[in-house]
Amino acid sequence: MNELWEFGSALLLWPGLIGGIALAWLFLWIQRKLAARLQGRQGPPFYQPFFDFVKLLGKETVVPGGVNRHLLYALPLVSAVSVVCALSLLPLPGNPMPSLAGNLIVLLYLLEMPALCEVLAGYSSRSLYGQVGSAREAILWLGYNLPFLAAVVSLAIKAKSLTLADLAAAPLGPVHFAAAAAFLFALPARLKRNPFSIPNAEQEIVAGPFTEYSGAPLAFFELSHGLELLALVSLFTVLFLPSASHPGLRLLLYALGSTVLVGLITLLATATARLTLRHAFRFYWSWGAGAAIVALMIAGIW
Amino acid sequence: MPRLLDRLLAASRRKSPWVYCLNAGSCNGCDIEIAACLGPRYDPEQVGTLRQGSPKHADILLVTGPLTLRTLDALRDIWGQIPRPKAVVAIGSCPASGNVFVGSPTVVGALSQVIPVDLYVPGCPPRPQAVLHGCIQAAQLLTEGKTRDQLAVGEDGR
Repeated sequence: MNELWEFGSALLLWPGLIGGIALAWLFLWIQRKLAARLQGRQGPPFYQPFFDFVKLLGKETVVPGGVNRHLLYALPLVSAVSVVCALSLLPLPGNPMPSLAGNLIVLLYLLEMPALCEVLAGYSSRSLYGQVGSAREAILWLGYNLPFLAAVVSLAIKAKSLTLADLAAAPLGPVHFAAAAAFLFALPARLKRNPFSIPNAEQEIVAGPFTEYSGAPLAFFELSHGLELLALVSLFTVLFLPSASHPGLRLLLYALGSTVLVGLITLLATATARLTLRHAFRFYWSWGAGAAIVALMIAGIW
Repeated sequence: MPRLLDRLLAASRRKSPWVYCLNAGSCNGCDIEIAACLGPRYDPEQVGTLRQGSPKHADILLVTGPLTLRTLDALRDIWGQIPRPKAVVAIGSCPASGNVFVGSPTVVGALSQVIPVDLYVPGCPPRPQAVLHGCIQAAQLLTEGKTRDQLAVGEDGR
């Protein structure tokens, strides 16, 4: 009974559904507000992502001709639910879920779900723009996952464990610097922010895979995007920030680290223009691959 | 409880009006003013307004231009693609009256003959403040359920 309560509250309260969604909206707002301030604008009020979500829920959902209605609703839901499950696995301060052996593998699979759902959404929507966006996403996926997976795997080799709590507790060493570089290379592309906003390039291919989406499915895709941002930023703080013993200090470190990282991603996105797919892919298979190889070598030799 | 949810939904329609801009044969004057309105100086994101690339994400359709024969089908198509509830704002004098293009063999005429128009923003071209004011008023109509499309459909417009 006690265990059921622990799993349930991790999934539903914190860091899962309710706490995760609240924090995801906060981070989405920080992104928009900071981008606006950097462009000399005022920016939206802090409740904006919440009202956007409610408004989209209350709109008509247009099902394009020839598109499976169940698939249209299922893909965004699967995407959002997977990220909520991924969030509940992270050993964040105050997470009541007991540490499960090998939960790193589950986490990596769950974090791939939003990208997979997005690719399927674009292809199944029968929109030309959606298909172009999906193809770009799928190709970019091969690029950014090389440094991302190498970063996580090198830490797992170093800690000799596939459990997130062990990786978080491992003392910081040289491998963490190389792995953090690889992780940070992969982050903007995973979040589809500039300069890697290639799959959802607004001025080129309308809205990419989400072109044909409206109403509630679009709302859940937006929510899933916010949750993905939260999950990846939280994963960074878990893996690369030193683990403090005092719970208050841990919470402070988490809050500060994640907010600063969101700020840095926004800064990069505001300061840069979009790369072409060719350039992005070359970046990931030269610099990204370099960082990945260095991280793996340090993990294997040191 | 359902009343509370209805009020929340109504408030969210006022606070998050996403716009889609359509040039129906305009001389580009109004489009430049819309671009100025969407820029940093007037910053419509303060009131939640975002420009969307896909009509399926939009709440408000901004139409400029005198509605030429070549844009007629595209206009009907795009208006039909916007999910309900939706509002239409005619920007400038052209969609209201035809302006200097009235009587031209390539111009259809007033926009309201083709789709229900909720608001006219007058001017040739209108100032960016006026465009922003039009968006805010259209969002208010969406909240109250009083856009012409919502009234025609009868219920909430879903």
